[in-house]
Amino acid sequence: MTARSRLLAILAALALALVACGDDDGAAPTGGGDSSTTSASSEEGERITLVTHDSFNVSESVFETFTDETGITVEVLPSGDAGSMVNQAILTKDDPQGDVLFGIDNTFLSRALDEDLFVAYESSALDRVPEEVQLDDEHRVTPIDTGDVCLNYDKAALEEAGAEPPQTLADLTDPAYEGDLVVENPATSSPGLAFLLATIDEFGQDGWQQYWEDLAANDVEVTAGWEEAYYGSFSGAADSDGDRPIVVSYASSPPAEVIFAEETPDEAPTGVVIDTCYRQIEFAGILANTEHEAEAQELVDFMLSDTFQSDIPLNMFVYPVTDVELPEAFVEYGAEAEDPYLIDADEVAENREAWIEEWTDIVLR
Amino acid sequence: MPGSVASSGRLAVQGVAKVFDGTTVLDGVDLEVDDGATVSLLGPSGSGKSTLLRIVAGLERPDAGSVSIDDTEMTARPAHERGVGVVFQDQALFPHLDVAGNVAYGLRMQRVDRSERRRRASATLEAVGLPGYETRDPATLSGGEAQRVALARALAPEPRVVLLDEPLAALDQLLRERLLLELRSIFDSLGVTVVAVTHDPTEAAALGERVAVLLGGRIAQVGAPGEVLARPASADVAGLVGHRNVAEGVVADGAVRTPWGKLPVGEHPDGPVSVLLQPDQVVSSTSGSLSGAVTGLIFRGGSAFAVVEGDDWPALDVRADPAWRVGDRVSLAVEPDAVHLMGTEAS
Amino acid sequence: MTARRLLTAVVFVVPVAFFAVFFAVPAVTLVTTGLRGGGAWELGEVGDVLGSASTRRVAWFTLWQAAVSTAATVALALPAAWIIGRVHMPGRALFSAVMVVPFVLPTVVVGTAFLAVLGADGPVRTVGSSFGLDIDLRQSATAVIIAHVFFNYAVVARTVGAAWLAVDPVTEEAARTLGASRWRAFRDVTLPQVRPALAGAAAIVFLFTFTSFGVVKILGGPRVATIEVEIHRVTTQLLDLRTAAVLSLLQLAAVIAALALYRRAGRRRGIGRLRAGRSVLRRAVGWERAVVAGTLLSSGLLLGVPIATLAWRSIDTAGGPGLGYYRALDTVGRGTVAFVPPTEAIRNSLVFGFAAATTALVVGGLAALGIHRLGGRARGFADSSLMLPLGTSAVTVGLGFLIALDEPPLDLRTSPVLIPAAQAIIAIPFVIRTMLPAMEAIPSRLREAASSLGASPWRVWTSIDARLLRRPALVAYGFAFAISLGEFGATVFIARADAPTVPVAIFRALSQPGALNIGQAMALSTILLTMTTIVMVVVDRVGDARVGGF
Repeated sequence: MTARSRLLAILAALALALVACGDDDGAAPTGGGDSSTTSASSEEGERITLVTHDSFNVSESVFETFTDETGITVEVLPSGDAGSMVNQAILTKDDPQGDVLFGIDNTFLSRALDEDLFVAYESSALDRVPEEVQLDDEHRVTPIDTGDVCLNYDKAALEEAGAEPPQTLADLTDPAYEGDLVVENPATSSPGLAFLLATIDEFGQDGWQQYWEDLAANDVEVTAGWEEAYYGSFSGAADSDGDRPIVVSYASSPPAEVIFAEETPDEAPTGVVIDTCYRQIEFAGILANTEHEAEAQELVDFMLSDTFQSDIPLNMFVYPVTDVELPEAFVEYGAEAEDPYLIDADEVAENREAWIEEWTDIVLR
Repeated sequence: MPGSVASSGRLAVQGVAKVFDGTTVLDGVDLEVDDGATVSLLGPSGSGKSTLLRIVAGLERPDAGSVSIDDTEMTARPAHERGVGVVFQDQALFPHLDVAGNVAYGLRMQRVDRSERRRRASATLEAVGLPGYETRDPATLSGGEAQRVALARALAPEPRVVLLDEPLAALDQLLRERLLLELRSIFDSLGVTVVAVTHDPTEAAALGERVAVLLGGRIAQVGAPGEVLARPASADVAGLVGHRNVAEGVVADGAVRTPWGKLPVGEHPDGPVSVLLQPDQVVSSTSGSLSGAVTGLIFRGGSAFAVVEGDDWPALDVRADPAWRVGDRVSLAVEPDAVHLMGTEAS
Repeated sequence: MTARRLLTAVVFVVPVAFFAVFFAVPAVTLVTTGLRGGGAWELGEVGDVLGSASTRRVAWFTLWQAAVSTAATVALALPAAWIIGRVHMPGRALFSAVMVVPFVLPTVVVGTAFLAVLGADGPVRTVGSSFGLDIDLRQSATAVIIAHVFFNYAVVARTVGAAWLAVDPVTEEAARTLGASRWRAFRDVTLPQVRPALAGAAAIVFLFTFTSFGVVKILGGPRVATIEVEIHRVTTQLLDLRTAAVLSLLQLAAVIAALALYRRAGRRRGIGRLRAGRSVLRRAVGWERAVVAGTLLSSGLLLGVPIATLAWRSIDTAGGPGLGYYRALDTVGRGTVAFVPPTEAIRNSLVFGFAAATTALVVGGLAALGIHRLGGRARGFADSSLMLPLGTSAVTVGLGFLIALDEPPLDLRTSPVLIPAAQAIIAIPFVIRTMLPAMEAIPSRLREAASSLGASPWRVWTSIDARLLRRPALVAYGFAFAISLGEFGATVFIARADAPTVPVAIFRALSQPGALNIGQAMALSTILLTMTTIVMVVVDRVGDARVGGF
């Protein structure tokens, strides 16, 4: 390489870097309230952006259907876990990154509503959605799916130990289950928080503390997140590293174990304790300050359509809010709680930090 | 270098001064080097000789004074436009280039084409006694070889002036003496103008047709090697070239009063002087007036010198009698030619 | 002189602008947003946060685990440094190259590997139980410290090894002829000469472990949190930006202190440098062979077991060893929004890697050049400032991007430039640490020699400096590339659905139950591991052991 070609290479790289920094407006396929995007996209139909969490997933054909029906193209913008997503949306509410936000659940709802993150929209499709999951009377958010956080157990391991699966939360303090349970830290994990809320709902504001003292005495294990509990400590997960037969996971985990097994088993290796479930409801909302409010409304309607709803279970492993038919694996291996635990969103928002603090004092110190 | 004649130039340094951090390093240096001449610049460490060399090379700017080559003013010119070759004390060979690449570097800068570069690099390597070294990695060279490559590199672009900074300091004694003579013959055969900086008087004498002594930021003496070594211009120069038989004296009535007695001087104005006694003119003599004890003997080849500690006079370096042993009591006589008078510091 | 200053300023323009846009402005914006809360400065509450029991607990644990991790890393890696610096043995270069791989692995992968190693069926418990011991290190500070040693082993071994290689053994031999025992001679003569490198490496390890995030989260269990983990928690779970801001400043103060220490260590240069070209390596004899064997064994266990476990798990399918999980990468979930064909994830990783490494080399190279030209205090300041991203929480910068870069002309929030830029910010300190010593190692005599041979200043730069910097630049490029390959913290924050990298795909696979999901995660981790190893081996082939010691 001669001196001259080296110089050229350096200059070219520099120019590339500068150009790359400069042309973002043109290159960015989305931009929420960006006027340049609007004008550029008028020929090819509107584009809107769906802000969501990292666990969001649907079939590609679903959004293609939406585009065919409405001429609107959807960009998906994942922004971290549910907490990060809400936080980002709040920080950028004056100039939002997208038009519709999906994936906010009932534990984060109050804060978002207090921040006036959303504009109200009452979808005509709401008549297909049960009343009990419509938590906001003003319809600033629309329920899309529900997921139950429940105890899962390792069928084989309990059988081998000669133990019956637990039936209720109270069963877990039985010495028979000593050293069997692993839960997630409610301070850092969404299922962990849901499980704590279930125990508060069950044992009351003044009773749950004693319950957790009993669990601690029964050698409960706490991990920071779901992955560490499920893959690290739970014995029932495929390819598990763990030795505890009971874990806080989802009602949909057994179907997932079947669907993602290398060879489909006759029976799910894990079971759900159906009377221990706490219900998480995921909502969609139209972000205030969107410049595509009409299109955003169409997307919210679409998310309640059969096309979208029936695609939810096998991709996000949660349950649709409408009464669409469930996939076979869900019917066969899954379970949906009839009367799950649920605490009012405002009450959660108000007490969350105090509860977590108190829980930490009881269990971790 | 067969078939090619190096160019050469007349170097003139006038009134060059340089101050570093409030310390005057050069204080008005004047030096002229004739076309094709070789001059040794002799000075103690810290005398500013390397600074002077860097100023001539254009690596440093003088605070005052000028440098010219062949009457062309060079003072403001950057190093790469001067045509002055430098051989650094630590050679500074380019580690990423092989020997030929090093030697041809200057030619590359002159945009000499590749085959010509290769030819001239090989010819220059041959001239410095390293034929066939073209593809060697500089890291594998011995000290002497590296020094020759550095020399070849400086010579290859045919500079008008070549500067050598302590060219032999890194080498051992035997190699040094051999290379000294080779260098001298290379310079003679090329006819290039050379300034070689050194702190070693023997080296200065062997290398240069003339020796310039740099002391206290000025040129204290310029002359033929024998002249400077045997007849230094001042006590300081005498000390620098290795004389120890130096003392203050006063001339009166054709004789000088010294710690070694009153010695005849012939025609000389009266007054204070510095006195040097040439060691080989102070000899053993039973009738000698100076008696003392031999405290050390130094042999060089067949001849020997001794240090004699006087009973009531400062020690003298003298020609030794072959029979002397350390501890012998001897008496010495100063021959008339031994006395060399120099100006005192004030002059 | 003024022309020189002007040139220095020009050289600094690009790094300073880059640093400001992609780091300083976002971070400062988020911290001030947190501190200003409703609009006015709420500095009184800073004291409340700092004084709270939970802050004190987190700060203490952060400091404690960083100190213990650093001490353990130094203790375990020092024998390896000795091997690199003194022992002639076959495979020495490979030993030195392979140990870097953990350093550039994403924490998700390392966390997963350690979960497998420490788990019920993992080698640690299996071997332990065969001796009648129940070694359960899951969810413990011990697991965090072991993982930290795993990560940072190469930092100490290679940096100190390179310094050791440059120390002339004649000084130690001299001490021994004066009556010093081998140990005394080492302690009194060799150790002081490698101490600057040792202290510098220790400061860097301290910096990394002090700000550790993923390892602590995955392996530490619920009882422990570093300041970095706590910043992430209060930001994403509690939306408490004020506490996050105060904690960020606390962490920053600690990082600046560590950097000051690092700089002091760097200032005291080793003495008695070895003459170039002289080899100090010799075969181990007597008890030295036991030390070599012990070191190779311990490093093999520490570094090799987690990596081997990972690779084994990627082929350990229900039907015996096979490539089922690798095949699953291209089939499971196909046709959904979140599906990432493995070839595309690899391609994305490579494209971002090239972009990030190129950016890091240009920006970091210019920064190193600028720092090299600076003198005195300004130099130390610039040097340290460009290291600060290493000590700043990814969540702080990530959220800062969103609120600071949301207006034209700098609406970069959804720009594809953001990922390589964020990765480059993380790689730049490494580029500077590789390039700056290389620049300083070029004797000015070489430039003077070139200049006296007729080279103009520009040609001196191209024919001498640029040529001598080519190897270190390649090393820095490879290192930046490997860092980009493994970078996860910043990427997950800004990764877009249409351009997931391999680490992002690993994270996605890990977040759902089922054998094929965890299997895919293991397979992707193994692929990433292989890519990184190839890059590091090539880098070490190109560069020699003296550069890239960091």
